Amino acid sequence: MRGLVDRERPIRVLIAKPGLDGHDKGAKVVAKALKDAGMEVIYIGLRQSTDSILSAAVEENVDIIGLSILSGSHVPICRELSQKMVQQGIEGAKVVVGGVIPRADVQVLRDLGISEVFRGGSSFDDIIQAIKKIVRGTQRQ
Amino acid sequence: MKMDGEPKETDTGVKVKLYYTPEDLPEFDYETSLGSPGKYPYTRGIYPTMYRGKLWTMRQYSGFSTSENTNSRFKFLLDQGQTGLSLALDLPTQLGLDSDDPLAKDDVGRLGVAIDTLRDMEEMFDGIPLDKISTSFTVNSTAGIILAMYVATGEKQGVSKEKLRGTIQNDILKEYIARGTWIFPPEPSIRLIGDTIVYCIENIPRFNSVSVSGTHICEAGATHAQSIAYPFLAAITYINEVLRRGYQIDQIAPLLSFHLIAGGIQFQLFQDVANLRAARRLWAKIVKERLGAKQEKSMLLRFSTGAMGSGMTEQQPLNNIARIAYYALAAALAGSRSFNLPCFDEAYGIPTEEAIRTSLRVQQILAYETGVPDTVDPLAGSYYAENLTNYFEKEIEREMEDIESRGGIVACIENGSIQSKLLGQAYEVEKKIQTGEIVKVGVNRFAIDEEQREMEVSKVDPEVLKRQIERLNWVRAARDKGKVTACLHDLNKAATEQRNTMPYLVDAVKAYATMGEIIGVLKGVYGEAEQPVFI
Repeated sequence: MRGLVDRERPIRVLIAKPGLDGHDKGAKVVAKALKDAGMEVIYIGLRQSTDSILSAAVEENVDIIGLSILSGSHVPICRELSQKMVQQGIEGAKVVVGGVIPRADVQVLRDLGISEVFRGGSSFDDIIQAIKKIVRGTQRQ
Repeated sequence: MKMDGEPKETDTGVKVKLYYTPEDLPEFDYETSLGSPGKYPYTRGIYPTMYRGKLWTMRQYSGFSTSENTNSRFKFLLDQGQTGLSLALDLPTQLGLDSDDPLAKDDVGRLGVAIDTLRDMEEMFDGIPLDKISTSFTVNSTAGIILAMYVATGEKQGVSKEKLRGTIQNDILKEYIARGTWIFPPEPSIRLIGDTIVYCIENIPRFNSVSVSGTHICEAGATHAQSIAYPFLAAITYINEVLRRGYQIDQIAPLLSFHLIAGGIQFQLFQDVANLRAARRLWAKIVKERLGAKQEKSMLLRFSTGAMGSGMTEQQPLNNIARIAYYALAAALAGSRSFNLPCFDEAYGIPTEEAIRTSLRVQQILAYETGVPDTVDPLAGSYYAENLTNYFEKEIEREMEDIESRGGIVACIENGSIQSKLLGQAYEVEKKIQTGEIVKVGVNRFAIDEEQREMEVSKVDPEVLKRQIERLNWVRAARDKGKVTACLHDLNKAATEQRNTMPYLVDAVKAYATMGEIIGVLKGVYGEAEQPVFI
């Protein structure tokens, strides 16, 4: 009956650590969980500039850009990334952010165009389901 | 169904029996297994009187944005009874980037103080005599430069080098494994560490030139035993680098200290204590038997303890104060010389003054209200504690042999096998927390619907970047440019010829060469590390 099922390509996710912080356990553990959930995950590592993240996202044709930020610099980084995405007309990929993020900043990030914010304590399942929902929403558009 | 008497597997995978008897210590001999405090193999502690002679150093990690802010924070902490300073540096400083470097802009003054030139260091310690305090710097790739600045600051205060006390973390190998502030490839990085150790041997005998750390790798997924085994292998690597230069083990070993885990995400009170007791005994044996030390002070495992934020929950944050107190108890029962506790608001950002003070008060309550410091190594002779200590000593040795049989710690870092092993372990722990198999109170059990608690979160002053860049530009304009160029030229030559870089670093910082300029020279000679990227 396989032919009756829509052949979807797996969700492709780029994970990066922008800024200078080197603690990447969170980024890599989430990457592993997304992989185990059947997604294709590209981890590009530490000290990524917004330019390097966007060029990798375009090259890899990803659905989701996942940023891991623990240093507290999530607002300026996300602002810069969003602005560049608009300037460069990158519309296919949606951005999600995880890390040490005060509750008060969640709305700030959403207003910058970030699709979802995963604060400390978010479960793998929360993240997987949210990403699936974002990608389904994008496909309907 | 499991019978009550069967061993119970704890969250760390260590099996624990219902109770322990003399049969669990078949070869126990007081003199050889423990020795009295201050006696080989130092299982009970490295000093005869331990906390009765001198309480542990109460240190909380701090350092904010600019040298002036940090200076007033330091004065506040000293007034509050803190006895040592522990300094956080911002990431650009740890990575050798000047504050006006385009890569630095979001991180200047964020996780610690920004130091671009000696001027920043001078202001930070203004009015704080360096012969009266000890300062611990969390810095690795740029440790030699920070040490050079500390020496130069002391000199300006009229404090001679031999009176300086403190620690630079200077442990590059764990940066590749867990913390990520590497710059150069391992080989020249290890050489730079050798330079600082030799400089300390020759000039600053009371300065701990390396603090080999187990805490970060523990956060990255290492087990208790790995969190001792890997730092020991790193320490042996640094020691060998200095032995190679013709120094003796008895000159080197006393300058190394360790920063080991007590607390954190995999905390188990008795296991944490036993692991540290085992570490003390095993290190004494390694230094004596394997490295051939003759002097007793070489064999002492001098360690501070810390636990980082990962044990702190975002939910019901005040619960964390109870966790912090148990971590402190473990550190005291293990005979740690200095405690660095996390803060209850760690999951929210940079700890607030209230949270830092509370962690300091936890230490003071333990020290002055509980009676815990009154007797040395109170768990000694407990069938359980000694059995666990023996268990961890074997496990640490096994983990060391495992790495050594696979080419050694540098090879296992370069091929990524250590990183991928820890990642796999961290992933398993995280899954167990999420399924509730590992209980976290307030998170996966006894959770409540909390009102939207807004905690006070330390903010970075948006003016910090501007002020730091202004000062950097001022220093650049005011210094003798010819002198800077000459010093950087000499440094380049020394690094190329593999001579000790430390005297040249001291000259360069005194000429107000910037962090970025100095690191730029060294990058030109050493190249940059490749980032192993895998999941």
